[in-house]
Amino acid sequence: MAKKTVPSEFIIERDDEKCITCQVCCRMCSNDVHTYDPELDEVNSDSTKCVGCHFCEMLCPTGAITVKRNPSEFKINANWTARVINDITKQAETGGVLLTGMGCDRPYPIYWDHILLNASQVTNPSIDPLREPMELRTYLGRKPDRIELESSDDGPGIKTQLGTQLKLETPILFSAMSYGSISLNACISLARAATEAGTLYNTGEGGLHRDLYKYGQNTIVQVASGRFGVHKEYLEAGAAIEIKIGQGAKPGIGGHLPGEKVSEEISQTRMIPEGTDALSPAPHHDIYSIEDLRQLIFALKEATRYRKPVGVKIAAVHNVAPIASGIVRAGADFVAIDGIRGGTGAAPTVIRDNVGIPIELAIAAVDSRLREEGIRNQASIIAGGGFRNSSDVIKAIALGADAVYIATAALVAMGCHVCQKCYTGKCNWGIATQDPYLTKRLNPEIGTRRLVNLLRAWSLEIKEMLGGMGINAIESLRGNREQLRGVGLTDTDLKLLGIKPAGEAW
Amino acid sequence: MSRELVADRDYRVPAGCGIVGVMNQKGERFSGEAITKSIATMRERTNGLGGGFAAYGIYPDFKEFWCFHLLYDTQQAKLDTEEWLKVYYRIEKEEPIPTADVEAIEPRHHLWRYFLELRNHTEKEELKLTEEDLVINTVMKVNRDIEGAFVVSSGKNMGIFKGVGYPKDIARFYQLDRYEGYIWTAHGRFPTNTVGWWGGAHPFGILDWSVVHNGEISSYGINKRYLQNFGYHCTLFTDTEVMAYLFDLLVRKHRLSFEVVALILAAPFWEEIERLPDKERQFYSTLRSVYGSALVNGPFAVVVANSRTLVGLNDRIKLRPLVAAVKDDFVYIASEESAIREICPSPDRVWAPKAGEPVVGRLSV
Amino acid sequence: MKRIYIREEYCMGCRLCEIHCLVQHSKSREIIKAYKGEYPKPQPRLIVEEKGYLSFALQCRHCEDAPCLEACITGAMYRDRETGAVLCDEDRCVGCWMCIMVCPFGVISRNLEGKKVASKCDLCMGEETPVCVRNCPNEAIVYEEKT
Repeated sequence: MAKKTVPSEFIIERDDEKCITCQVCCRMCSNDVHTYDPELDEVNSDSTKCVGCHFCEMLCPTGAITVKRNPSEFKINANWTARVINDITKQAETGGVLLTGMGCDRPYPIYWDHILLNASQVTNPSIDPLREPMELRTYLGRKPDRIELESSDDGPGIKTQLGTQLKLETPILFSAMSYGSISLNACISLARAATEAGTLYNTGEGGLHRDLYKYGQNTIVQVASGRFGVHKEYLEAGAAIEIKIGQGAKPGIGGHLPGEKVSEEISQTRMIPEGTDALSPAPHHDIYSIEDLRQLIFALKEATRYRKPVGVKIAAVHNVAPIASGIVRAGADFVAIDGIRGGTGAAPTVIRDNVGIPIELAIAAVDSRLREEGIRNQASIIAGGGFRNSSDVIKAIALGADAVYIATAALVAMGCHVCQKCYTGKCNWGIATQDPYLTKRLNPEIGTRRLVNLLRAWSLEIKEMLGGMGINAIESLRGNREQLRGVGLTDTDLKLLGIKPAGEAW
Repeated sequence: MSRELVADRDYRVPAGCGIVGVMNQKGERFSGEAITKSIATMRERTNGLGGGFAAYGIYPDFKEFWCFHLLYDTQQAKLDTEEWLKVYYRIEKEEPIPTADVEAIEPRHHLWRYFLELRNHTEKEELKLTEEDLVINTVMKVNRDIEGAFVVSSGKNMGIFKGVGYPKDIARFYQLDRYEGYIWTAHGRFPTNTVGWWGGAHPFGILDWSVVHNGEISSYGINKRYLQNFGYHCTLFTDTEVMAYLFDLLVRKHRLSFEVVALILAAPFWEEIERLPDKERQFYSTLRSVYGSALVNGPFAVVVANSRTLVGLNDRIKLRPLVAAVKDDFVYIASEESAIREICPSPDRVWAPKAGEPVVGRLSV
Repeated sequence: MKRIYIREEYCMGCRLCEIHCLVQHSKSREIIKAYKGEYPKPQPRLIVEEKGYLSFALQCRHCEDAPCLEACITGAMYRDRETGAVLCDEDRCVGCWMCIMVCPFGVISRNLEGKKVASKCDLCMGEETPVCVRNCPNEAIVYEEKT
């Protein structure tokens, strides 16, 4: 039997009329797809190595390269699809777990595409955000149900002590991506963009590189099961702390940064020996129950003298609502929920594509549950997992999220073409790699600019949509499911989402 | 069981409106004629599909008793309601609300009023509820669970009179010239579809709160869910109901002043807050972040009253008209200046309150 | 004066600067024609230096104290009064290569296209931004005034 039987996923079409054999493609492809033959003065491409990242296509000065999906077809079979056959072939070859990167790419329903927004007509004026103030500012953190006032000589004061709140100028944060899973330049881009846009980014379980301490006010530092890079200064450095229990792309699974990626800088940041694998256990081995979580939350609060909000991130799983409720009651100031479409640097494909639930249903369930229990004010909800555009964001907020975590969209803004090969460490865009040949390809000035542009563009669009609904402050949309209608959904979906079908009036 | 869907009872209807409030701050009582004249001036703002009045100080002989105004669709509804009321209350007096024959008004409901005294019930002790909480529970129970019954008002020494028709005809129907009160509010409605149910008219009332409201609340969805957190169930689909519960929650339960409540319902913009000195900035920011879900977004002008206060308030960018005036002990608030001048031709001062700036009349005795 | 600065930490070594420089200094100024239809092949006026993963584009620094100006025996090498750029007047150049000898950066080369003259960066005179700067995909070459 032939040794290798998985056909190449892409084919490279090179227009020889246009190819000037300048060899930019040869120099740039980290997968060695393109090679120059000096004898024939020709550039050849080995399509079998192509991952479809489009880096060569973008750089080719004459537009001679087109990356296409390989049209080679298997016998049509609804059951034994090309994907299935190829996966089996790979496993027969390697005997291993299939790995992948980024979020679930299976065609599960995307509820965002079945939810429509409202707009004002006649009975209520819409508001033009270009002419009138339109407010997106959001405060995350524990809030009391009511406040008590005290009067003093210089006007009313507030007796109720409010815990530290995280101030966001737009309800979008950058989700956890560790230094290690992404390059330092990518981290710097995120940190600077968050600072410039008035929001926060998240360190993931990668520790905090010494060059990033200066962005601390816009940083959420993560404490995950491996406790990599966690020490007093780290906890003090961020604006908030997030305990990571799980991740949408791989609920119930730990993390694994292969030793090859643990460079000197990463070893120092994560506080592990150079070249050793960084293994994050599946659970926290000091959290086997909710009361253990409470201890960790308060240990972190104690360590930071109750100055930093402490949140907990979980993957959206079947029981997400009661779990979230438990987390709030355990003292978390915010709960981050990551849906099945959430990304990752590396995960077993079978887990990524089959475990968890869509974030839309999770937001609805958690928000409703916390309200039913009368504890919705006690913690903010940050939703993540495959947010693609401003309308996904605004719908999430109307369903009940306080803010939204984006990561894949942020990577795409920095160049990523979602080829799902992050785990190979060969990212041509200089994002998911530690190879010095590749990391320098992401100029953080460009990265920052593009991320800030993305946040700005989405914020402007959110303002337009809000104005159309006759709303001029984001808090009036938060949890305001009356502004949503479902289209093409079952009664059960509508019930779970807590929204009415399109066509039904108030 | 199939039943015709009824606007405001089963779904929400946006409406334009004219509103008026008049108060004598010394508590001197005057008849319903003045307010009727005033609201009638603004006929253009209404379409004959809803009108109503709230009056304070009209039952001085029964001022210690909870006065419930009820709408019944059927005799059975009345029996069911009374059976329920008797569990918690002693009925001091009950009678039909007197009405006159008015050609333009087609009576659709049995209109009844009760003067009630709360019994010392174990539930109150066990759950540490106040008398007011129990009254709210009763109202919620009747409105939500008893088919064909609806509590129109539930305060002491006050009552709400409303129905389908032009306000002037409603006033004649209820013979409001025979009542004397020290606060009157009135409402003329312009709903955007036909309304057959009288409960949908304004004012809306709970305890001694009454609300007349011109507007459509874009934040309705979240305001409603926020109130549910505190045990208020919006059984009607009116924005006005939301407004009434918010006032009850913030003023009665959270003990905030009307001025502070205005800062919550019609919050100032962050841009303005940023410019304030430290202490105030912190005060305003905290208020907004804690009470964000109580911000009422979208156009509104509202006149709210309780036994001691008359308050007028606009939304944060003043998308609906509201004018205020004072003359001696009287405070006037209305959608249009003409409605004020109709009954007070030369006020001491007339002004248009700014967006989010409350007008507050207080009983001085 | 506005100068070209290199930021080697962002240079990917793709050599697009070189390619666009070549095209800019070709007869046709069209990329496919410049590569496939012009003989002798046009030359870029810059070089990309590489060692390991470090790389950067290098072109004439237009030195304040330019040794090539001193060394030029015919006065072909001159400083443009307006822009301060060091340029070569090809009509006066006799191809003695003294400039190549003295250039501390090694960024002057022999022109192999026609007349025997020195070939160097002319800051793409007439263009608002030199083409190497404009076409660098990672902004590793910038053209700016530094104080």
